[in-house]
Amino acid sequence: MSDKNNYTDANQSNTIECLNISEKRVGLFVTCLVNTIRPSVGFASITLLEQAGCTVEVPAAQSCCGQPAFNSGDDEGTRQIAYQVIEQFEEFDYVILPSGSCASMIKNNFIEVFKEQPGWQARAQHLADRTHELLSFLVDVCNFKPNGVELDGTFTYHDSCSGYRSLNVYEQPREMLSTVKGLEHKPLNGHSECCGFGGTFCVKYSDISNAIVSEKVENVVAADADYLLGGDMGCLMNIAGKLNREGNQKITALHTAEVLAGLAPKIIGANDAS
Amino acid sequence: MQANKPENFTQNVTDALAQPDLKMIIRRTTDKAEAKRSDAIANFPEFEKARAQGQKVKDHTIKHMEHYLAEFEKNALAQGTIVHWASTAEEASKIVLDICREHKAKKVTRSKSMLGEEIGLTHAFDNSEMERIETDLAEHIIQLAGDPPSHIIWPAMHRSREDVVKLFREFHSDPTYSEEITDLVRSARRDLRTKFLTSDIGISGSNFLLADSGSSCTVTNEGNAELTITPPKVHIVTAGIEKLVPSMAHAIPLLRLLTRSATGADITQYITFHNGPKRKNDADGPEECHIVLVDNGRTKMLAEGMEEMLRCIRCGACMNHCVVYKHIGGHAYGSVYPGPMGSVLTPHLQSLEVANKQTHACTMNGRCEDVCPVNIPLPKLLRSLRAQSWEKKYEPLTNRFVVKFFGVLAKRPQLFQLFSSCSLIFMKAFSRNGWIKYMPFTSGWTRNRDLIEPETTTFMHQYKKMKKSESGGS
Repeated sequence: MSDKNNYTDANQSNTIECLNISEKRVGLFVTCLVNTIRPSVGFASITLLEQAGCTVEVPAAQSCCGQPAFNSGDDEGTRQIAYQVIEQFEEFDYVILPSGSCASMIKNNFIEVFKEQPGWQARAQHLADRTHELLSFLVDVCNFKPNGVELDGTFTYHDSCSGYRSLNVYEQPREMLSTVKGLEHKPLNGHSECCGFGGTFCVKYSDISNAIVSEKVENVVAADADYLLGGDMGCLMNIAGKLNREGNQKITALHTAEVLAGLAPKIIGANDAS
Repeated sequence: MQANKPENFTQNVTDALAQPDLKMIIRRTTDKAEAKRSDAIANFPEFEKARAQGQKVKDHTIKHMEHYLAEFEKNALAQGTIVHWASTAEEASKIVLDICREHKAKKVTRSKSMLGEEIGLTHAFDNSEMERIETDLAEHIIQLAGDPPSHIIWPAMHRSREDVVKLFREFHSDPTYSEEITDLVRSARRDLRTKFLTSDIGISGSNFLLADSGSSCTVTNEGNAELTITPPKVHIVTAGIEKLVPSMAHAIPLLRLLTRSATGADITQYITFHNGPKRKNDADGPEECHIVLVDNGRTKMLAEGMEEMLRCIRCGACMNHCVVYKHIGGHAYGSVYPGPMGSVLTPHLQSLEVANKQTHACTMNGRCEDVCPVNIPLPKLLRSLRAQSWEKKYEPLTNRFVVKFFGVLAKRPQLFQLFSSCSLIFMKAFSRNGWIKYMPFTSGWTRNRDLIEPETTTFMHQYKKMKKSESGGS
């Protein structure tokens, strides 16, 4: 791990237990929500990947995975974005995203827009084959076990739809979180039901989305936990935003990577970035 | 209750969300349906196998549609059934009414059929000189109430027990004064029994059409299909051409999937195979039998690459598990077919221009596909309809502009990063105590929830700075 940086040195207590990976070159696609709203998730991702034995690079020329265009039906727009994502990331051994929905976009949907361009479709498939969602990658590929992380309190877990249904992300975050000292799980009723975010859906059909997230918030409050954890910023922003609108400041929403990298508690929404 | 129109979807949604009890009313049915289905699947270890088999049967039949339609027609004719072909809903409903008029029918009994609703039979009869009698209990309730169906399996799920008590007291000849469900059912039974026996024509739908015998299969719990079909002199079946399967053996895995996915039952009370008119030594049965095979957009779906949707066996599992359906209910969709399957079907039955908004009212969470007994990739199909809407420019201009603008940025990463940094400055200006309550251009979000205040600079900015100081420092 030649290019270990100061940031991870500060987290040396999280010792590395890595079995399958030796110096794999990982390209980190931070995603636009992490880039603009919650950079600490990006740094947490780097920390965890390095602890798991990967060499992490963050290509500077990255933007968006193309979901807004794809889900709006703009195939040409999606292709334009996909071209440069493929070019930027196809050389890596693994491409990792701290989001099930963006990872699923690259893994499952890029190939769909290249039906008439076999050359690009093959490149899209090649990229899809090496693309993973962060939390499942850490467990399934790196066999990573966090060690020495502590956080006092209780958490409840929201399973984001794309990760849960398209990428089988369910056990992995729970398994890793179970190693966090002092942290206790409280089950969430309807844990895998959509929170109503849905990307452009939540602004196009704001009122339906509101009805859905209101119900999610009811369940989150009923779980009576200190932390709401998940693996997708979109869902976390949606649920946290609704909690705050309803005046509930007791529950802290965090990306699982932040907890595992020892960056918690940093309240989503608090202007505490350094 | 007037039927909503699909083109008024946005208004329909607003109206639905304003109904205080709607969510509770829907949940009382869908929650139970979800739990019962999940139990049934847990007790059906061959589920995945049956699902793959069911899909295979459907795909095979759809691929060889012409062959099996011809085989079905030949065998139905051999049984003495008169076969009609209808390419549109209007044509289909006219064929049915013409047959009824030819027999000078005064009363027609009908067992529940969504295809009948699709081709507008209910309205056609209500605008005619004939009396239409719905014999399915739920259809009976909504007929009395004058409502359109709100679900394909439980069309009266939007009506409460109190509503039913009121309706039965008002309309039944010998009404009950009890509010017990068994007494209410008895009241309906008393009313319907005489009508079954005095009906001139019985009209049914079909769950499966068997090509190798020319027979039609109905699946019910109340026995009303049998009573609709047997006593009258004439029986008319209306069925979509996608109901076709090669044989009874092929219908079996689909039946096992259908009942479990729809109501969570291993089997329904009645599964009947109807084999044309009464034969020489038969004790009862209709003297004349017609079947109207309806296309109404189905072959077009096949031609347009939507063949996967033709697998649909109308179990309703997709809507029971749809987070949007559960909040807005069936009526908001403005179509006979609500929920995910309806949002794919309606653009083909009516037009994409009137029903494109429904295709966007989906979070793409994938639960519908997960529970579909014949593996229909509903989110993928909805998205392909969105792609068609995009090409035909049905999308509102502002949506197109935002997506295009974002796209222009996203394919130029440097510009994208610059825009991200600028938007942070803009967002900061509207932040108070870590949250944004309102900000221009984000009202879709802030209308209902707060927006998290971002960190001061983007990840990329912080990362570059960190890398620079690292290389400078070492």
